[in-house]
Amino acid sequence: MLLDMRSFWRTLDHGSLRDISLVCLADAIVGASFGAITVSGGLHPWVPVTMSLLVFAGGAQFAAAGVVLAGGSPAAAVLAGLVLNARLLPYGFTVADTVGGRWWTRLLGAQLITDETVAFTQRQHERRRRRVTFWTCGLALFGCWNAAVALGVLAGTALRSTSSFGLDAAFPTVLLALVLPSLADRGTRNAALAGAVIAVAATPFLPAGLPVLLALAGLMLAGRPATTEKEGRVADDNPVLEAR
Amino acid sequence: MPLFAIAVLAAGTYAFRLAGPVFRHRMHIPDRLQRLLAVATAVLLTALVATAALTQGHGFAGWARPAGVLVGGALALRRAPFPVVVIAAAATTAVLRLTGIP
Repeated sequence: MLLDMRSFWRTLDHGSLRDISLVCLADAIVGASFGAITVSGGLHPWVPVTMSLLVFAGGAQFAAAGVVLAGGSPAAAVLAGLVLNARLLPYGFTVADTVGGRWWTRLLGAQLITDETVAFTQRQHERRRRRVTFWTCGLALFGCWNAAVALGVLAGTALRSTSSFGLDAAFPTVLLALVLPSLADRGTRNAALAGAVIAVAATPFLPAGLPVLLALAGLMLAGRPATTEKEGRVADDNPVLEAR
Repeated sequence: MPLFAIAVLAAGTYAFRLAGPVFRHRMHIPDRLQRLLAVATAVLLTALVATAALTQGHGFAGWARPAGVLVGGALALRRAPFPVVVIAAAATTAVLRLTGIP
């Protein structure tokens, strides 16, 4: 975007383009799962579609939809989604140089900030390359993600019975696959396991949605970072692919 | 999920995203906060995995679902492709239910 095609191809090497395509493909599969799982779980088709366009953050979308599907209140769902998306705040500062100085490119670029776009952008150091990488990756992901969610919704509407296909196991599995890499860090793992125990133990007693938020008490076990993070490499260290 | 809830989530998310591009010359995010936000993300997602895998309403979900999630998790640890992970989990749960395990 904002660039003519010839200089675009020169700026972005084939390796990066290939990597971005692969991530788009992987995210499309997660997006399709999101559409199919939410609709077959009983949400109206426009819910996953609207969420994907406006929220555009897979982890939070899965979390919020999961809370609602479990019978939780919309407020608990929104809170869970917002806690997850708070990590986008530092991302915005990391890639602020790439979205341009005009007000409308900032407004548009901000919506494209995800774990993946930041990770790809941080691999580039020259300013122009960073900018091209950010916009290419961001727009490609936005297109793939939303198209895939819509296709998933169509597929999910065709599936009638969730439990006989084992689809209720698909939702936690998707989240597990996304969070696993971040659990390699011991402090994070301790906090996450403690939080999971708290949430499961609280489930019989609290209204749906709250146990998951109570899990944040596990943060007290997080401890200090095992290694000091290198300046400007936040996205590479950040564990959770925004569900894509 | 009401449209209002989606709108609030979307607006809050967008505010997190827009803060950097707008305030980057006037604000700095401390490293400790960055680390805390990253860990909070992992904690919340793991809790969701545990509750969604083990519980249904206020009770136990039965063995078939957590068994499927466990199979999917094991495959993910072995870096199996994402579709394989998800399909194996769903298939395990479906097969266990066919054999009469709830």
